[in-house]
Amino acid sequence: MAEEKTPNSRPIIDVRGVWKRFGSAEVLKGIDLQIKKSEVTCIIGPSGSGKSTLLRCIAFLEEYSEGEIYIEGELLGFSLENGGRRRVSDAEVDRVRRNVGFVFQQFNLWPHMSALENVAMPLKLSRGMPREEAARRARAMLEKVGLGHRTQAYPSQLSGGQQQRVGIARALAMEPHIMLFDEPTSALDPELVGEVLQVMRDLASEGMTMAVVTHEMGFAAQVADTVMFIDHGIIAASGSPNEVFRENQNSRLRQFLQNYFERNVFWQGSEGAAAP
Amino acid sequence: MTFNLAILTDNWRDLLDGMVLTVLIWAGGTVMGLAIGLMVAVVQLLTNRWIAAPLNVYVAVMRGTPFLIQLFIIYYGGPFFGLDLTPMVAGVAGLALYGGAYFSEIFRAGFVSVPPGQIEAARMMGISRLAIVRHVQLPQMLVIILPALANMTVLLSKETAVLSVITVNELTSVVQSIGSTTFAFAETLLFLALVYWAFLEIVTAAARRLEKRVGRFMLRTQN
Repeated sequence: MAEEKTPNSRPIIDVRGVWKRFGSAEVLKGIDLQIKKSEVTCIIGPSGSGKSTLLRCIAFLEEYSEGEIYIEGELLGFSLENGGRRRVSDAEVDRVRRNVGFVFQQFNLWPHMSALENVAMPLKLSRGMPREEAARRARAMLEKVGLGHRTQAYPSQLSGGQQQRVGIARALAMEPHIMLFDEPTSALDPELVGEVLQVMRDLASEGMTMAVVTHEMGFAAQVADTVMFIDHGIIAASGSPNEVFRENQNSRLRQFLQNYFERNVFWQGSEGAAAP
Repeated sequence: MTFNLAILTDNWRDLLDGMVLTVLIWAGGTVMGLAIGLMVAVVQLLTNRWIAAPLNVYVAVMRGTPFLIQLFIIYYGGPFFGLDLTPMVAGVAGLALYGGAYFSEIFRAGFVSVPPGQIEAARMMGISRLAIVRHVQLPQMLVIILPALANMTVLLSKETAVLSVITVNELTSVVQSIGSTTFAFAETLLFLALVYWAFLEIVTAAARRLEKRVGRFMLRTQN
């Protein structure tokens, strides 16, 4: 057990042969991946490829149909007994994924609470933190994402970018070991994308372990340690940004990237097309 | 025979007693009905269908049969099942069970109105399902379901009149006995109608105020 001696090499997330079916539709068809501490993994792929489903399975927001997902060495959602598997209790699911933070495409803030309450309430309810301490931590987290001046605002009074930053602060307040981002900028107006990506860049540079489902190829190229291209429920390509964006010749990947570049060209000058 | 309001002033003590009793029955039935309705809806929401099944039957039976029959069964049929209740207890319990079924449906609709993403977010933070009901779902859905709750409360105020058939001396029963001894039906029944109408206005006004209070976070949306 060489792995046991060097705990840092043990992956935070270990996905082994995971399948996900919705009725007869097979969305994930045997996914294997590992995410190590302080790594940033970006998951790209066409819509409907299963990339969001994969992230939701890792958070156990969806029950995976087959395979195993380990979070810091513990099996998520099921217990294995004499050849079969059994769904464990909600409390046990909570325990295993207590160090997993999740950021949603649609923010999913609670609209009847201020930004501060959105961040502080989970600390009080699930960590039993006293009110004062929870408020102090919440304020610090909102300052970290650049919203120290908007703590009393309600979600409806905030821009999309601000709402998403509250969503990130809310997840960070729980001191997660890994942050999962499910298309965090896809619901935002283009001019608000940058502020959210900047917060995520800062997090990555602080050493946060992150898995990001995204359409922001620029972010993936600059920040990711590993880029995974998912297509039709399998990981069709995986490697460093350079390997995936430039070297890998998988035809589906090349087609996907070609479509992306064409969509983002906005000026045809005399020197030819300008890539982003 | 002339329209003589003296009938009402002559019997003011009986009428007042009847009215007080009606309000007590109504308040007791509504409060207990709300508690039953909320509990039924929460159990239906959080448990599997085998536990929810008997509750679905309860709701279907209470909504599908006349309140009058339900009261007869509880009061006159109760002793056959070893349930010997005073008219008052049978009446309030009946009203609570009847109202509870309708209230549970209103709460159920309310739970569904909160977007599932908000519940997923709370679950990811390790918040228990019951705490999510209390802190995420109820505060938001209350704004939406308050008019329906108020409406049901008004309906229950009028159903209290049915308790007269199991000898509870509430307002309708008092008015009927005054009417049948004095033959002054016009005055007494008009008075009765006005009282129930007053109940409606009071509940509606209270609900409006409550709506503004629990909906404060939504009003902020508009400015």
